[in-house]
Amino acid sequence: MPLVKVLVITGYGTNCDRESAHAARQVGADEVSVVFFSDLVAGRVRLTEANFLIFPGGFLDGDDLGAAQAAALRWKYARTKAGEPIFDELKAFFNAGGLILGICNGFQLLVKLGLLPAAGGAYFERQVSLSNNDSGRFEDRWVWLKANPESPCVFTKGIDTLYLPVRHGEGKLVAGDEAGLARLVADNHVALQYVHPETGRPTQDYPYNPNGSPLGIAGLSDPTGRILGLMPHPEAFNHPTNHPAWTRGESAPLGVTLIENGVRYLRGD
Amino acid sequence: MLCRIEVGLKPHLTDTVGNRVARKIGSELGLPVASVRVIKVFTVDGLTEAQIDTVIERAALHDPVLHRAATRPLAADFDWALEVGYRPGVTDNEARTARETLAIVLGLTRAEAGEMSVYTANQYLLSGRLSEKDVVHIGRDLLANELIQHFEYRSRAQGADFPARAAKVVARALTEIRRIDLAGMSDEELIAFSRENTLALSLGELHVIRGYYADPQVRAAREAAGIGALPTDAEVEALAQTWSEHCKHKIFNAEIDYEDTETGRRQTIDSLFATCIAGSTRRIRELKGADDLCLSVFKDNAGVFRFDEEHAACIKVETHNSPSALDPYGGALTGIVGVNRDPMGTGLGANLICNTDVFCFASPFFDGELPPRLLHPRRVLEGVREGVEHGGNKSGIPTVNGSLVFDPRYLGKPLVYCGTIGLLPTTVAGRKSWDKAVNPGDAIVMAGGRIGKDGIHGATFSSEELHEGSPATAVQIGDPITQRKMYDFLMRARDLGLYNAITDNGAGGLSSSVGEMASFSGGCDLDLACAPLKYPGLTPWEILLSEAQERMTLAVGQDRLAEFTALAEEMDVEVSVLGTFTDSGRFAVRYGDTPVALLDMDFLHEGLPQMHLTASWKKPEQPEIQVPPVDDQAALLTRMLGRLNICSKEYIVRQYDHEVQGGSAVKPMVGALRDGPSDGGVLRPVLGSTRGLAVAHGICPKFSDFDTYWMMACAIDEAVRNVVAVGADPDLLVGVDNFCWCDPVQSEKTPDGRYKLAQLVRANLALAHFCTAYGVPCISGKDSMKNDYTGGGTKISIPPTVLFSVTGIVPDVSNCVTSDFKRPGDSIYILGQTRDELGGSELADELGLAGGSAPQVEALAAHRRYKTLHQAMRRGLVTAAHDLSDGGLAVAAAEMCIGGRLGAELDLAAAPFRPAAMDVSALLYSESASRLLVSVGPGERSAFEELFRGQDCALLGRVTAGPDLVLTFGGEPVLRAPVADLARAFKATLDW
Repeated sequence: MPLVKVLVITGYGTNCDRESAHAARQVGADEVSVVFFSDLVAGRVRLTEANFLIFPGGFLDGDDLGAAQAAALRWKYARTKAGEPIFDELKAFFNAGGLILGICNGFQLLVKLGLLPAAGGAYFERQVSLSNNDSGRFEDRWVWLKANPESPCVFTKGIDTLYLPVRHGEGKLVAGDEAGLARLVADNHVALQYVHPETGRPTQDYPYNPNGSPLGIAGLSDPTGRILGLMPHPEAFNHPTNHPAWTRGESAPLGVTLIENGVRYLRGD
Repeated sequence: MLCRIEVGLKPHLTDTVGNRVARKIGSELGLPVASVRVIKVFTVDGLTEAQIDTVIERAALHDPVLHRAATRPLAADFDWALEVGYRPGVTDNEARTARETLAIVLGLTRAEAGEMSVYTANQYLLSGRLSEKDVVHIGRDLLANELIQHFEYRSRAQGADFPARAAKVVARALTEIRRIDLAGMSDEELIAFSRENTLALSLGELHVIRGYYADPQVRAAREAAGIGALPTDAEVEALAQTWSEHCKHKIFNAEIDYEDTETGRRQTIDSLFATCIAGSTRRIRELKGADDLCLSVFKDNAGVFRFDEEHAACIKVETHNSPSALDPYGGALTGIVGVNRDPMGTGLGANLICNTDVFCFASPFFDGELPPRLLHPRRVLEGVREGVEHGGNKSGIPTVNGSLVFDPRYLGKPLVYCGTIGLLPTTVAGRKSWDKAVNPGDAIVMAGGRIGKDGIHGATFSSEELHEGSPATAVQIGDPITQRKMYDFLMRARDLGLYNAITDNGAGGLSSSVGEMASFSGGCDLDLACAPLKYPGLTPWEILLSEAQERMTLAVGQDRLAEFTALAEEMDVEVSVLGTFTDSGRFAVRYGDTPVALLDMDFLHEGLPQMHLTASWKKPEQPEIQVPPVDDQAALLTRMLGRLNICSKEYIVRQYDHEVQGGSAVKPMVGALRDGPSDGGVLRPVLGSTRGLAVAHGICPKFSDFDTYWMMACAIDEAVRNVVAVGADPDLLVGVDNFCWCDPVQSEKTPDGRYKLAQLVRANLALAHFCTAYGVPCISGKDSMKNDYTGGGTKISIPPTVLFSVTGIVPDVSNCVTSDFKRPGDSIYILGQTRDELGGSELADELGLAGGSAPQVEALAAHRRYKTLHQAMRRGLVTAAHDLSDGGLAVAAAEMCIGGRLGAELDLAAAPFRPAAMDVSALLYSESASRLLVSVGPGERSAFEELFRGQDCALLGRVTAGPDLVLTFGGEPVLRAPVADLARAFKATLDW
């Protein structure tokens, strides 16, 4: 059985690394390390040593030029001490069959790097973006999500609905044009959608759809299903008492189930 | 070449930020703006034309899916273009990121990158029928703060072709050292010298300083060191800040003659801090014996206590009032990232696990005339809210608790309390984590940001009242990302054991941080020429005193120095070696080979003479009040729920990340629709464990006009009650006191200083009494003593305000309780007695009633009640608990109904109250202390009642499935109100 080796990438303003690493350990990953971008530059760690990358939430570079914009350029142009482009390592990692999960700011990074949605298999080309919430505000609130059973996404396999917190100001998906949006749907890039709790259907109603994302899109998959990016925070629901109404007896499947699915996939379960 | 790159949204996309600005122009200034679009402007200096082309082609500053970018103006279809940029030298975080990004994208070397500068501005394209005067109003009163920003505007006819302009600090290196002839100055000249240089030194203190330089031994030592007999500017500045009220707490350490004219009793108090605060903590610790939680109190940047076997926790709360008055955004941002550095610099450095924020403002709906230099309270509120949002969220620290307090007098000075809790592994690299050690020979190392003129005189400035000429350099803007990078590096260096001691650079900058650390080793040799500057033009004393943000000072053993600096470079954190710690007994500072300051460590730290003050207490006369008959109690309750001090703060709460780090267990908003108010926050700092930390606070300035003794008692009681209400163990609590006072020193400016000082004495006496009674030791605290405003012929003094924060251990978060009603059929009990205590209450203010009696606290009964309640919670008997505070019983019941979206039927006659003839409105809205409402499941009633036998505990009624809150008195109807209506009223006031 292959070992599941997780690298949680941090530095330059990422701040959900600790709970993301905890979540990976909690669901049974064999090795979990929190790795700073500077460790990659120093050549101390190589991405290809692992088979599961998590890009956690945070505020890369303060989101100063737009969410994760500066970080995406750093990934694209930075080289290791030995002069190797770090981007090549990322490509090699993915080509070797690894899994990538981007959460919130990590999702924004994957989108800006062009790892998502990679429609038509065009990886590393920026096709969509994530922009300001319609409310114009950062907001922390819990949302209901529905997984798309047709999506190739390995993380959402067997999941019907989830209840997770969102904590962002720039989560509204912007596709280049209507055709681009239609293609995301047709090719099942849409992995998760915000739903109305009463109907269970994708919604544009605020606050159930917290940012005005079209078709309630909350998460995207690449064509292989091995890359998932989502705005909500699965790692922040790692214990029943994270649920905002657990004292009322309300409960829902833990968010870390998404990460557990990744671990299972790599194990070949 | 100097070049503008403009970035604008593609025309087909909605401009959310622009729309928000348009809404604000409409709602806050009442101007008819039809639409606003925003263009980001980057002014770049030092790149070639080809490089600029590459920047655009590689989309370095824009997102090609969203934006267009060009070196020509993008503006089209506007009536006015208004551009807001920073003044030279002001922190511009976006420009810093842009510069770093351009360097990476263009593959510049560090030296090449150093030749490049970036400045940012926002261009607002306004459409609508606006006059030039309107545009200036928008610029001045909404979009720009002219203290730190400038704006220019053009009409459609003029076109938006703004010239490229670099907000560059133009200055040359300065090494000038001034010598000050204190001996040659008359007393008047000394006083004028102190005022003109914002030194905040008293005449007596200046005399002591003058005396030091006259000492033959000092003269001989100075001659030998070649620094000259006269005091240098750096020495005077370092003494002024080290001896400032802000740093030395002169009033809290003063000898006070206190007279109580009620009782005729006189007493002399030798330091309120030593007797009431540290003294009570010492007694409590002795009484607790083996159960004492404290590990390090009052000596480090934050107080440290035991959390579990492997972890210690530490807490610090600060205020950042004066800077927030001048620039609410920058002031509050600096406040929160500044207090983060306190736990970061405690012991060997703590991980930051949560923030708390409490703000005191005047009404955002203020419509009177603003005195000169004061900002409108709504602008203050919005700026502070956003500053703390950016500071907390971008640092990845959850904001778990807070509140807003409104009083007209906070117009003169808003209060911005920011607190941070940290977690330390018990052992770090084989050492006890909460101890510091500095060895002679250790390198003085500064890490993090660079030094600029920002924040010079912060410590002395905050030790004065705010006036029309207050210095703008006291204002700064924090940089959470530079700090985050430094924090990441420091935590790693800590765990590798790479340094011996750490402290933050806050008030007083290097002078203070190095001065304090040097007291461990016994001296220092500090070379200011090694300090990295943001720009040239700082004199040595300015480098020494600058309060530029995001900096820590460390003592690094020479054997680990290379490893330390290599790790810093790898992690992109700037560190500089600024000299060595010594055991010379001297605070020695030089600029290269030129001596800048030479002070005896003893004189610097212990030379300040104790102040002698007098305080005289006379209880203010308060008339009795009579509540007029209330025709419609439901309408009154609806109005009460909408009052600023009661209404929902969800608008602000949701903009703060309250669950990052993954350990959130009780959130600020609770209930069926997550819109009921929580009494406190609970988190699991160690994710693998269910042990929790609860955080809450009490703040009752409304009672200060009656008697600050009971104000303090009520604040402590409220804080303890709140943490217990969510599940903390009342035996495992620690407290933090933060005093914000108006100037209590008798003078011409403050003719009522003796009374204000008596108010301070009484608050401290109460602190000692009630902390001891509850067994809650204060482990840290702070005071801010000059919260007055003078200008335009008016003086505004804030009401004496104490924020009492409590944090405590929740043995198992699965036993936590929230305030929302859970199930129809649950029984509702009131704990505690209601008295006719409407003085200072929300009801009194709503009805315009002045006078009455403010609440008093019966500590023994209350403490027993809290301990019993905790037992009941541990046994799972309690389904909801909520403290009764602002708005009393009626408001608490309504909030519990709103939280659960359930009805309730309560009969008030069953409640324990006194006197027997109490008016029903008083019973509903009295703010008597130490009371809670709790709900109990049907099967648990007898067990619950058994626990509370012999205490003030009464069954009032039950939770219902029905839509209404129904109150009766002995069966007679008092009030019936639909919960949906109550919820609407509760949420409407701050829903903008």
